[in-house]
Amino acid sequence: MRIGILALQGAFAEHAQMLSALGTRPELVRSPAHLDGLDGLILPGGESTSMRRLAGQNGLDIALRDFGKIRPVWGVCAGLILLAAKVEGEEPFLGLMDMCVARNAYGRQRESFVHDLRIEGLVPHFSGVFIRAPRVLETGPKVEILARQNGAPVFLRQGCLLATSFHPELTGDGRVHGLFLDVCAKGRAEAGGGAFAAQE
Amino acid sequence: MKQTQGSDEKTVLNTGLARMFKGGVIMDVVNAEQARIAEEAGACAVMALERVPADIRACGGVARMSDPGMIREIMAAVSIPVMAKCRIGHFMEARILEAVGVDYIDESEVLTPADEEFHIDKQQFKVPFVCGCRNLGEALRRIAEGAAMIRTKGEAGTGDVVEAVRHARAVQEGIRRVQHMPGEALVAFAREIGAPVELLRQVRELGRLPVVNFAAGGVATPADAALMMQLGMDGVFVGSGIFKSGDPARRARAIVQAVTHFDDPQVLAQVSENLGEAMSGVAVRSLDSAQQFAGRGW
Repeated sequence: MRIGILALQGAFAEHAQMLSALGTRPELVRSPAHLDGLDGLILPGGESTSMRRLAGQNGLDIALRDFGKIRPVWGVCAGLILLAAKVEGEEPFLGLMDMCVARNAYGRQRESFVHDLRIEGLVPHFSGVFIRAPRVLETGPKVEILARQNGAPVFLRQGCLLATSFHPELTGDGRVHGLFLDVCAKGRAEAGGGAFAAQE
Repeated sequence: MKQTQGSDEKTVLNTGLARMFKGGVIMDVVNAEQARIAEEAGACAVMALERVPADIRACGGVARMSDPGMIREIMAAVSIPVMAKCRIGHFMEARILEAVGVDYIDESEVLTPADEEFHIDKQQFKVPFVCGCRNLGEALRRIAEGAAMIRTKGEAGTGDVVEAVRHARAVQEGIRRVQHMPGEALVAFAREIGAPVELLRQVRELGRLPVVNFAAGGVATPADAALMMQLGMDGVFVGSGIFKSGDPARRARAIVQAVTHFDDPQVLAQVSENLGEAMSGVAVRSLDSAQQFAGRGW
């Protein structure tokens, strides 16, 4: 399986390390051509404004939108903001996931926190690392909520799109990455195995 | 030092925020307007200060923490993280910046040191710190004091990248030495460079510093930024280089792109075109040692 990580800015190396530990060789994505033949893509944490600006400069924004319509994508923190259909106070970016989010809604760095999360299908609890995290304010009917913190959704799924407002790549616990790889493997099987590359 | 559950969580959060800066550019700004230009250009954070290092250099006198009111204005103007500088050893300036709510404090040699013996005991703070270094020993001493991020010092306010290169190479050379050292040599090496042996063990295992390490001090062009990334830095600080240049918005965008595409000379050539005047700068070799900031701190 070929999994990409958007590598414009942010914590992409941390995801790469995690994927390698799980036996998947990660590919760094910096231009539209790097998306060819991938079975899934991670949008890492970082600054969403930096990533938006960089992606807009070489056509990667459009390529990412097209990719996310048919392939699994997982947005983490800033990546969640990139996926959202609505972002408070600014234009949405990819607009792929039916949710409205507010950036930095928990406050500044001194309000960053760690909280144990109950995630469906994962026992025991998962340590949720929230760093200047966005908050999901509303979700549409197609969005499934896989975990909440204090009532607010922090782990969401819509078809083959995943989003977390916390950072599994900083925990040394690969279970959420494992869930994403399962989604990718399923997507690949449904599309007829390695046929992706040939179609393109 | 207490090693409670709470302090482990703090380490994850504070070193974690630095990880979110990686592959990015942190820009010095002196007002809300510059902060917005930096954010719009794609900066991953801004450093709020009253005068950029080139002006601190020109003005002389004592350089101190900036006016909290001005820092708050910048915090209100942008959605990206905001850093601010305090003097080396001045833990009350740090307490004030923590109260203001900045996201990171830079205990900086660019300001006039307040204590010539001790750096701040950064473990006592909730807010994270970034500190300067010239070599592996200095980096690890700052990390031992609680720094959650490191930057090589370079020579701020010069627009001359030579010291940034020297310090980045010195850190990387130190790491390579540790990696190829027999285990029994570690304690002696720790004593030689004045660093805790436990941190040296981590460096040996990771093949890098245990925290994020940015370049700083003299980066003025996209090529400079790409050079520092090639030398193994995780990102760059650009101080005077942007807002002392002819076309700050354009140069800022170009340097952001250069850090992402540091390994693609075609992109670097493209973004380096028509940037207007770079900051005029001053060659580090023309400064006497009293005029150099990098010697401050130890």
